[in-house]
Amino acid sequence: MKPFRSVTGPAIPLDRVDVDTDQIIPKQFLKRIEKSGYGDFLFYDWRYLSDGSPDPEFVLNRKEYQGAPILLAGRNFGCGSSREHAAWALENYGIRTVISSSFADIFLSNCYQNGILPVTLSDADARTLMDRTLAHPGTALTVDLEACVVSDGQGFRATFEVDPFRRNCLLEGLDDIDLTFRELDRIRAFEEARESA
Amino acid sequence: MTPRTLFEKIWDAHLIPRNESEKGSSDSPDLIYIDLHLVHEVTSPQAFDGLRLAGRKVRRADRTVATVDHNVPTWPRSLPIKDDISRQQIEALRNNTKEFGVPFYDVDDPNQGIVHVIGPELGYTQPGMTIVCGDSHTSTHGAFGALAFGIGTSQVEHVLATQCLPMQKPKSLLVDVQGALPAGVTAKDLILGIIGVLGVDGAREHVIEYAGEAIRSLSMEGRMTICNMSIEAGARAGMIAPDDKTIEYVRGREHAPKGEAFDRAAAYWLSLATDPGAKYDRAITIDAGALAPIVTWGTTPGMVVPVTGRVPDPDSLASADDREAARRALTYMGLTAGTAIEEIRLDRVFIGSCTNARIEDLRLAAATVQGRKVHPEVRAMVVPGSTWVKSEAEQEGLDRIFQEAGFEWREAGCSMCLGMNPDTLAPGERCASTSNRNFEGRQGRGGRTHLVSPSMAAAAAIAGHFVDIRSWENP
Repeated sequence: MKPFRSVTGPAIPLDRVDVDTDQIIPKQFLKRIEKSGYGDFLFYDWRYLSDGSPDPEFVLNRKEYQGAPILLAGRNFGCGSSREHAAWALENYGIRTVISSSFADIFLSNCYQNGILPVTLSDADARTLMDRTLAHPGTALTVDLEACVVSDGQGFRATFEVDPFRRNCLLEGLDDIDLTFRELDRIRAFEEARESA
Repeated sequence: MTPRTLFEKIWDAHLIPRNESEKGSSDSPDLIYIDLHLVHEVTSPQAFDGLRLAGRKVRRADRTVATVDHNVPTWPRSLPIKDDISRQQIEALRNNTKEFGVPFYDVDDPNQGIVHVIGPELGYTQPGMTIVCGDSHTSTHGAFGALAFGIGTSQVEHVLATQCLPMQKPKSLLVDVQGALPAGVTAKDLILGIIGVLGVDGAREHVIEYAGEAIRSLSMEGRMTICNMSIEAGARAGMIAPDDKTIEYVRGREHAPKGEAFDRAAAYWLSLATDPGAKYDRAITIDAGALAPIVTWGTTPGMVVPVTGRVPDPDSLASADDREAARRALTYMGLTAGTAIEEIRLDRVFIGSCTNARIEDLRLAAATVQGRKVHPEVRAMVVPGSTWVKSEAEQEGLDRIFQEAGFEWREAGCSMCLGMNPDTLAPGERCASTSNRNFEGRQGRGGRTHLVSPSMAAAAAIAGHFVDIRSWENP
């Protein structure tokens, strides 16, 4: 997994609440058996018109957000289906961090597994950041995981909390299966104790 | 000993003990042992690839069970799968389960079905277990007093490789449902009502325990409907304490313990109920007697209204975010604020999914349509939750009731709940669905989904619009 320390760049303001993973990656793209190649399908039904051409109104298609590594979203981002394809699509597209006032539980975990940092801000900070970004499109934000700070260099600065274990895994790019593998003796002992009881 | 909740008892029983050196360190998550891992074709191929890349095995194939459900067509099983990519995904699971020695119920197996329907049916699902699956509706199994939750594909690989998951302990939320459900108001209406109260993120980071008189009165199938949609309130899991109904449901099933082992297990299962005085992080109370049959009007399962109600006015909502979400939802749904729910006309009716396609659901729906005809402008289909449910329904003659009324009678699978197979809505089509999600495009791009109970869906198919099932009279 790619380590995450700090990211600087424009943020894409997706000012909607309860964005579910069916919107992030619709079901027709879940039939693939790879982990890559989902970037073109990110937000497919919102991003493309029914004839397959990009919808110029949708925020991802606007010129000032091309190549932006940060997504700003409304509360409860990533709700619904457990499909990790949602995290793969964001990662494949080039999103390194998503900022919201809250994330759905399974999506949050899927982000961590793919080197994407989910940043949870207070409702007020998330609203302020959304409004500033909408007013000044293309302003660069810095999301610093070592300091746990989001700032725009123009007066906005907010701190955030991350589960210390997940933070360490992201900073070091650690695979948590490897970590659990180190515990196999304890797992075996647990199984033996239970199965002989 | 400190009184504990059902959830805490199961959590504690599955905690891998820490080394002495680690005790007191809050930075490392708990390591939780997983008793049962259910696997399906959509969220597993990348996990098996990961095992191969790392040269790992499935550590406990005996605690792993796989089937195909999401992608499978619901036309006769003798016909080939036309969609090459779907077929490849199904073949990938067939090959992976063979290579790694995982028990597999293939398309043509009499035990095939939606993974959350066959787990309980075959007795794999048992009280007190930890159960995971790469599917958010894994919460269904909590109806048995199991801790069951959905995981992503990386975690599927994690469990295949280690039979464990590192986790932060979730918080607990008691949903105490007092009183009795009125006639015509089902488990589906109850859970939609609960989601309406909690909101679609109201139970985030929590495990819900459903308790109270109305929950105890539900059948095991009704309890599965309740726990199934816990995720729709944002919960990590939903669960109900095991009781005599639970024990009797599990007894005698193929993979359940037998003889004395069953009696010992049953005594343990009954001991899992929350102790008097145990504390929850949060609690809410619901009055079952006040509920009516419910219809969703928008694009989240929290956008609910009684069938006797009207499409709400976005301007009546408290927050700017909610007003904007409601306006978007009404535009997508092609609805106008103030429209009476019973005036909403339908193009399609879908009776199916892991929420509402068990035998009791089909019996309810069949009783509603018996001797009547589907409205000429409606196309209606029934997709049983499992091949067993299908054959049981056929033995009871339910298939004839549905087909004589004009319903299509299909093979088992997830089908139009998420439209990964050929069963989808066309743009603009409006559907009364017994499934669990009314998200934009869920049943097909541009499709408009209203979530309802099986009897409400069946009545809507006949009338061509929503009707209050409480006023439904059999001919």
